[in-house]
Amino acid sequence: MAATTSMISARGKRGLSRAQRHKLTWGLIFISPWLVGFVLLTLYPMVASLYYSFTDYDVLRPPEWVGLENYATFLTQDNLALTAIYNTLFYAAFAVPLGILVSVALALLLNARVKGLAVFRGVFFVPSIVPVVAASVLWVWLFSTRSGLINLGLQALGLPKVAWLSDPDWTKPALIIMSLWSVGGSVVIYLAGLQDIPQSLYEAAMIDGANIWQQITKITIPLLTPQIFFQLVLGLIGAFQVFVQAFILGSIGGGALGMGSEAGPANSLLFYSLYLYFNAFRFFRMGYASAMAWMLFLITLVSTLVVLRSSRRWVHYGGL
Amino acid sequence: MSRALASDSSLRAWVARRQRHSVVYHVGRVLLYAVLIVLSAVFLVPLFWMLTSALKPQPQLFVWPPVWLPDPPQWQNFGEALTIFPFGSYIANTLYIAIPCMLGTVLSSSFAAYGFSRIDWPGRDKVFAVVLSTLMLPFAVTMIPLYLVWRNAGLIGIETPLRGFGPLIIPALLGGGAFNIFLCRQFFMTIPNELAEAARMDGCSELRIYWQVILPLAKPVLATISLFTFLGVWNDFMGPLIYLNSIEQFTVSIGLRQFQFEYGARYDYMMAASTVTTLPIIILFFFAQRTFIQGITLTGIKA
Repeated sequence: MAATTSMISARGKRGLSRAQRHKLTWGLIFISPWLVGFVLLTLYPMVASLYYSFTDYDVLRPPEWVGLENYATFLTQDNLALTAIYNTLFYAAFAVPLGILVSVALALLLNARVKGLAVFRGVFFVPSIVPVVAASVLWVWLFSTRSGLINLGLQALGLPKVAWLSDPDWTKPALIIMSLWSVGGSVVIYLAGLQDIPQSLYEAAMIDGANIWQQITKITIPLLTPQIFFQLVLGLIGAFQVFVQAFILGSIGGGALGMGSEAGPANSLLFYSLYLYFNAFRFFRMGYASAMAWMLFLITLVSTLVVLRSSRRWVHYGGL
Repeated sequence: MSRALASDSSLRAWVARRQRHSVVYHVGRVLLYAVLIVLSAVFLVPLFWMLTSALKPQPQLFVWPPVWLPDPPQWQNFGEALTIFPFGSYIANTLYIAIPCMLGTVLSSSFAAYGFSRIDWPGRDKVFAVVLSTLMLPFAVTMIPLYLVWRNAGLIGIETPLRGFGPLIIPALLGGGAFNIFLCRQFFMTIPNELAEAARMDGCSELRIYWQVILPLAKPVLATISLFTFLGVWNDFMGPLIYLNSIEQFTVSIGLRQFQFEYGARYDYMMAASTVTTLPIIILFFFAQRTFIQGITLTGIKA
């Protein structure tokens, strides 16, 4: 913002033409609601949260400056923070690639000139619009150890039942399975991308004797990489911030450490956002939570940049 | 020229023939449909299970082999669940937030987008870069000071103005979110300049051009934004969790969580409540299927 004002005044000295001044006035009139919102609801809170992150602040008393202590504690002394980082990375490492794999596979199936495409697409899409709280409550029931549908299925196959939500080793896999149920949005995106690939490429490949598998790996997937890249970035950002699903599924197995019971058995569903929320609004460690938030921003930024850099090697932009 | 075309079309015909006549092709088609049908079943079973569980007498929830169709269906489960799950009040609260949010977002994001696309003022693109950069910011970064801002403004709590819904509504009036501004701007830039120029020659003000020339042309993108805003409010959990402190203010999402907290063991009631929370969205999907699909391909973002 400072950039704009300084620019405006600099030009003002040189004198804007009447027409330019007119445009500037109207431009500012149109963006003014956004500008007010930006200053009050984004810029000020960012500055304040950066300040709080260097303080000890419980809301009741004024913030007390502690320098880098919050960051130091977070990085070196807080075992729960380690757990939260581990859980979040574990979830992201599986849910994001599996989600891409499943949704690309479904889109490929649907792209094979299927009759009733709209119906199949609707079927895969609908689970993704089920409100996330309702979906989470539903999956609590599907994952029920005694009579959940998943365990009934395992039983029908002669397999042992799994204590999905009360065995700390199975809670994260349960959450990942649930995330795969709502890949429908990505399927729609990939399908649109697939339908943009010119048919002539496949014809040429067939004339050269390429089989289906070669067509998929040499034509389809490379030309779908822009969409895959975009979904990978959004998927990672989303996975780092997963909250509701863990909050609901984690309230089943009985939590530990007196932080309510939403962290899952043995804190196996204590995700980063969850731990941040607990720190802010249950323990009233606002300074510490602010430091956590900035660390999250940093992690998000770094991983986005890493994916962005790697994209030069594997994303094809319309290079036909 | 014509020979080249002929050979091209005969090549195409050859490819098509080769496809249609091979046994592999037909076996492949059968397998494809078999796989699609099995996968469709996998995706639909959870929803089917939600509905039937809601209709089951308690003992049938827990028997082996599982009961697929409840006998007899316990329609009163819905009635009973809804008396302890004040769904009507939750819906009223959700709409109290959603309707102003939809209107506000459509108006304020398109208003800002007009300023970022249809008027060429010095510094415009630099400011727009700031708009885009806010997309990267996790909510957690602003969450705590933002809470304090609303609290100090006296807008948290049911006895405050706007019944304590202010923090969930007012941001929609102030820009309506960077992503929506971006979407509108993208669309506005595709509208040819001649119309607006003609209106300007006739002495129309920028406000009138925005309102009478640009907005009517932008209906598809505005429909997408309204739909996604509605879904966003219906789904929102973090916002109500932080800002709403009495059960009289609860929205459907946070209300369902409250219900799980109190009646988590009554799976029949839980599934009835989940069904009524989900049903409006599914109905909306059937009526606005094209807007959903277009919106998702347009934005590249899942609902």
